[in-house]
Amino acid sequence: MNIGKMCQLFLHSVKNNASIINAEMLYLPFILLNFLFRSYMPTKNHPWKSPRLPFQRYNDISVFMYEVKIENIFEGPMDLLVFLIRKNEVDIYDIPIALITEQYLAYLDWMKAMSIDLAGEFLVMAATLAQIKSKMLLPVHDGDAGEADDPRMELARPLLEYLKIKSLAESLAKRQMLGEDVFARSPDKQEIAAEYEEDALIKVGLFELIDAFQRILENLPASHFIDLSDEKISIKDRIAEIVDVLEKQGSATFDELFSADTGKSDMIVTFLAVLEMAKLCLVRITQHVQSGIIRLFYL
Amino acid sequence: MTDNIRYIIESLLFVSKEPLSPDRIRAVLEGSDTNAIRAALKSLAEEYEARKGGFFLREVAGGYQLRSRPEYKEWIKRLTQSSAPRLSKASLETLAIVAYKQPIIRADIEHIRGVDSGAILRVLLERKLIRVLGRKEIPGRPMIYATTKQFLEIFDLKDLKDLPSPKEFEELGKAAPEFPEPESV
Repeated sequence: MNIGKMCQLFLHSVKNNASIINAEMLYLPFILLNFLFRSYMPTKNHPWKSPRLPFQRYNDISVFMYEVKIENIFEGPMDLLVFLIRKNEVDIYDIPIALITEQYLAYLDWMKAMSIDLAGEFLVMAATLAQIKSKMLLPVHDGDAGEADDPRMELARPLLEYLKIKSLAESLAKRQMLGEDVFARSPDKQEIAAEYEEDALIKVGLFELIDAFQRILENLPASHFIDLSDEKISIKDRIAEIVDVLEKQGSATFDELFSADTGKSDMIVTFLAVLEMAKLCLVRITQHVQSGIIRLFYL
Repeated sequence: MTDNIRYIIESLLFVSKEPLSPDRIRAVLEGSDTNAIRAALKSLAEEYEARKGGFFLREVAGGYQLRSRPEYKEWIKRLTQSSAPRLSKASLETLAIVAYKQPIIRADIEHIRGVDSGAILRVLLERKLIRVLGRKEIPGRPMIYATTKQFLEIFDLKDLKDLPSPKEFEELGKAAPEFPEPESV
């Protein structure tokens, strides 16, 4: 049958029976069109095509419109390895590398067939598995024998570390979480912050910040002494201090941050810290339209 | 007099939006010592425990806070209707790594997890569960991450030492626990 003609007929009948259309029906012309294009294309088999599965024949139709995206079956190669080790009930210190590698690769194939985007990390792990296997095949020389580490430890150590973190994450999730299991008074500070925003605040650019900094420097009492001590605070430490202040108060005025500083160099460090924080998107900096007060909000 | 202190502290706890530390309470009370305050807090906690009412007193993030009992969470959720989306498994793992290994840089986190974690770190930063402490002075000057006070508050922890201790995994594989099969499609 002429597929182009079929499409036309279908669209025509849809137009005339507008009341019976549902979303699925609209897919049909696309699927038909897909066939139409395919019939013009050379039928060469592409080498990168996924392995043929029993349902491939039906897949040809559905893959075009109903491509299923599955995410987070395995978070990463470690997740997959843990799954395989548990499934085979093997000891983590005595992993049968050949068996696990074989199953690992089978899963990669399976995932590819399911149109799951494989991250490069999965392939790196496959390479690592192959490398460990090849190391194990090499004869151990007498010289460095005895103490020689089992090459499988390369795999076991990070796996144990990963398992430890996984169980810690689970025990964290089991705690009585605030906002989930237990509640405190008005826990959503977010809403309060949202109200603030409407209170005529504008976002401050770099030049307003520099202006404000100039003013603070001008207010610095003229001193005839030069401080030669080299006890200087680093920008990193200053950021940590400002974060502490912001965490306590939620926001702080620009001037407030400089109140504790004594010398010019301290002030410059503070200023650079503010700039760095803005760059890291740690703070939102706004200026009140009337009062001109610059305020930092912790994000 | 002791009852008086107790009730003053109770009123402070009732009004406060964040955990109140004994030091903060002492600053308000002026002239009572920390021991008396701690004793009052303890007896308040016992009173709530004996009453088995709708709330209890928790020591969390270096302070004390009145919290509703977990038994009544469904009712509270009906009242507030808005609850923050749950953290995904991947986010929890990443958070656990930051919590136990802090201060830590992204590369070390990714080394343990074996996958890219940039997007998840951004989510955790947005939810204020972690913060940037600064940059490490190595090539690339990567950012250093640590957990926040809010992390302690949300996960019901007194301080970082209160984190659950890791279990042993020697017998892994032999006693295979139930593990979710990959979802079939």
